[in-house]
Amino acid sequence: MKLNLKIWRQEGPKVKGKLVDYPLDGVDGDMSFLEMMDILNEKLINEGDIPVEFDHDCREGICGSCNMMINGEPHGPQKLTTTCQLHMRKFSDGDTITIEPWRAKAFPVIKDLIVDRSAFDRIQQAGGYISVNTSGNTQDANSIPIEKSKADEAFWSATCIGCGACVAACKNASAMLFTSAKISQFALLPQGELEATERVEAMVRQMDEEGFGNCSNTGACMVECPKGIKLENIARMNREYLKAEVVG
Amino acid sequence: MAVLDSKVPEGPLDEKWVNHKNNINLVNPANKRNIDVIVVGTGLAGSSAAATLGELGYNVKTFCYNDSPRRAHSIAAQGGINAAKNYQGDGDSNYRLFYDTIKGGDYRSREANTYRLAEVSSNIIDQCVAQGVPFAREYGGLLDNRSFGGVLVSRTFYAAGQTGQQLLLGAYSSLNRQINRGKVVPFNRHEMLDLVIVDGKARGIIARNLVTGEIERHGAHAVVIASGGYGNVFFLSTNAMGSNVMAAWRTHRRGAYFANPCYTQIHPTCIPVSGEHQSKLTLMSESLRNDGRIWVPKKEEDAQAIRDGKKRGVDLKEEDRDYYLERRYPAFGNLVPRDVASRAAKERCDAGFGVNKTGNAVYLDFEAAFKRYGKVEALTHGHKNPSEEEMIKLGKEVIKKKYGNLFDMYQNIADENPYEVPMKIFPAVHYTMGGLWVDYNLQTTIPGCFAAGEANFSDHGANRLGASALMQGLADGYFVLPYTIGDYLSHEIRTGEISTDTPEFEQAEKDTRGRIEKLMNATGTHSVDYYHKKLGLIMWNKCGMSRNAPDLRSAMDEISELRADFWKNVKVSGSADTKNQELEKAGRVADFLELGELFAKDALDRNESCGGHFREEYQTEDGEALRDDENYAYVAAWGYNENPRDSELHKEELIFDNVELKTRSYK
Repeated sequence: MKLNLKIWRQEGPKVKGKLVDYPLDGVDGDMSFLEMMDILNEKLINEGDIPVEFDHDCREGICGSCNMMINGEPHGPQKLTTTCQLHMRKFSDGDTITIEPWRAKAFPVIKDLIVDRSAFDRIQQAGGYISVNTSGNTQDANSIPIEKSKADEAFWSATCIGCGACVAACKNASAMLFTSAKISQFALLPQGELEATERVEAMVRQMDEEGFGNCSNTGACMVECPKGIKLENIARMNREYLKAEVVG
Repeated sequence: MAVLDSKVPEGPLDEKWVNHKNNINLVNPANKRNIDVIVVGTGLAGSSAAATLGELGYNVKTFCYNDSPRRAHSIAAQGGINAAKNYQGDGDSNYRLFYDTIKGGDYRSREANTYRLAEVSSNIIDQCVAQGVPFAREYGGLLDNRSFGGVLVSRTFYAAGQTGQQLLLGAYSSLNRQINRGKVVPFNRHEMLDLVIVDGKARGIIARNLVTGEIERHGAHAVVIASGGYGNVFFLSTNAMGSNVMAAWRTHRRGAYFANPCYTQIHPTCIPVSGEHQSKLTLMSESLRNDGRIWVPKKEEDAQAIRDGKKRGVDLKEEDRDYYLERRYPAFGNLVPRDVASRAAKERCDAGFGVNKTGNAVYLDFEAAFKRYGKVEALTHGHKNPSEEEMIKLGKEVIKKKYGNLFDMYQNIADENPYEVPMKIFPAVHYTMGGLWVDYNLQTTIPGCFAAGEANFSDHGANRLGASALMQGLADGYFVLPYTIGDYLSHEIRTGEISTDTPEFEQAEKDTRGRIEKLMNATGTHSVDYYHKKLGLIMWNKCGMSRNAPDLRSAMDEISELRADFWKNVKVSGSADTKNQELEKAGRVADFLELGELFAKDALDRNESCGGHFREEYQTEDGEALRDDENYAYVAAWGYNENPRDSELHKEELIFDNVELKTRSYK
């Protein structure tokens, strides 16, 4: 199939960017979206142009590197799918596809489609852990039985891949879904209880300092999340936060 | 030829590690504060090592090419992690895990290392649970297990089909805790380009800031290479697009021996190649072989009709199907080790029984599992006489809970619904057992330079069993390296800060800049991918699932020619002082072009078949691997030569005091 691509090109953080048109022929339905981008880049290289920079790595939907705003939707039209797992069979011959980076104050553009998501790391560093030493001097794993339903729920919260689609989808660029997923994972497990107060306070504080916006309950984040992280996580984080405020 | 000292401690096998820990030197807490360690790579091995070293009090710097440590490719491991917990009471023990692993590796690994791995395995699970890793649990609240290939017990702990993700995020959380305390400083979007050696010791690295293009010097008292494997030398593999051998290869260039490069794991259950545009291959977890049955049509004409689109596999009657693994290996059936399963698939496809357009695919079928699980599900819910349809419906629900994410991924990529028709799978490059040679302390042949996880040649011999990579990465990082590195660092307490303002750093930086300049200034005829794909084809066709001497010789020649052409004619667009993914790729492919030749040489030199290394000349009558223990029970450790074919071989003889070397049989 033949496509009309409109791709955001921006040389660096301080340079103004713009959408550039790239017609592309010979796209096959079995190609992944990123393989389509590979073909474009190979063409650009052969024509003496500079290829489009974009983040990608595992290409199996788990590392969270890829982050394209495709026709205004994070990771494109297919639900529960990262850009790398989106296939070209979802598009038709002659389509125009607009490809942009995540847009958020807390995610400044580095180059073309690549943004700086280190704010996410800093939120995790503020408290996204259980303070246990890694010396191996821990009790036997089965001495902490955990109700299966709780363990499963904690697991689902923990499957967030940190891609940032939730922020990109939100009109306020809020990072509540991302932050609440980690808080929920630990809030659901007995291991996380001891530090619950400090954790939620520290992570929320960091989230605010990074310049992410507030949650306005539109639920766009959940709709666009490639891993289906649920809004309940935000509700749970709010409860944890309230609890911490009362205790604190 | 130098004699390699493995430094395996004296004493009985099961006391070596404990005694060693009791006898090695320690660094007191006040002195640790004055010692710097660099960790390159932030996957399971790197993150866990950096977190533990930081917690012990050392000053740690981590380096990774991704924008966050959490994106390292350990994240993509699916099936599980082994541990000899014996929670299922099915007779598991440290010895049995050790024995399975050494047998699975076709008796080409070091006994003491493999035993230590088994010994610390249980503790990994305890550690991870304490960190809040949400492993799968049974209704009673205790941890659940599944089985993996090559073993007869259930010792694999898992978190749905994304165990690697959960374990890596666990290690990442511990790393974050140390970053928050200031004990670890992360350098993300950075790539190590050289190792710096001062007075014979590793004293730091040269790194490139991938955002600004700046070349940086970083000094340290020790350097840990935990940069993963080199499967991407094949271009198509299940590795991440960025996975590369650069850190390990630059260490090799500086003098560290590279061991057993030809030991590659070709994983039997991957989604087949669909076309020329393919950029990577996707694994379907080995855990699926717990429940899926592998087959091809019994009759060649059926296979041909399926390939032509005139028949569908799902319509073939039971008696027309050849469950070839169950037929050839009744004891282990679909759960034979990966090397055996891969070769068997290739054998059937080569014989004309493949089931997709290219003829390179076999079926992985869940129909029997749907019925089996559905029946149990119906009975436990008081439904005594379920119809077949009901059973299948209920069974699909059970399978969905167990492997839902894998089934979704398959449907997305292959555009077929695996709940309705059997999956099509084919072997693909997945893991590399070879790597930097290390002694029992995980130290390379360069003092002060250590290697952990897939980057070292380690504990898996010639074939790695499923769910053992995660075990080894975390064992090295959490429980082995933090002890053994202390023994080396105890001699460094008077050294003082490592200055990077020395002739050695100056020279290494100059070399690095020269190399980048050379890449940027080539004639610009072909793209980097053009060379990478060519290399990959040579590797797959001549150094892949089966190898022979004439092919390996011609592979060496072809790779050497390709390398010369690359340096002359590669085209790297853009400039070196900005984010430039083409330049990043070029540096990595340059190293693959050297490694590939050494890989072929190593395979040519090893005149036997063992594990993942199958030489057509050395096989039994029924096509099984034929080892030569008398002449090849050694680790092949290669010294660096810029013409890899002239590399010097150093042998570490493998001594087996505790297991008897037998023909590996899964029949």
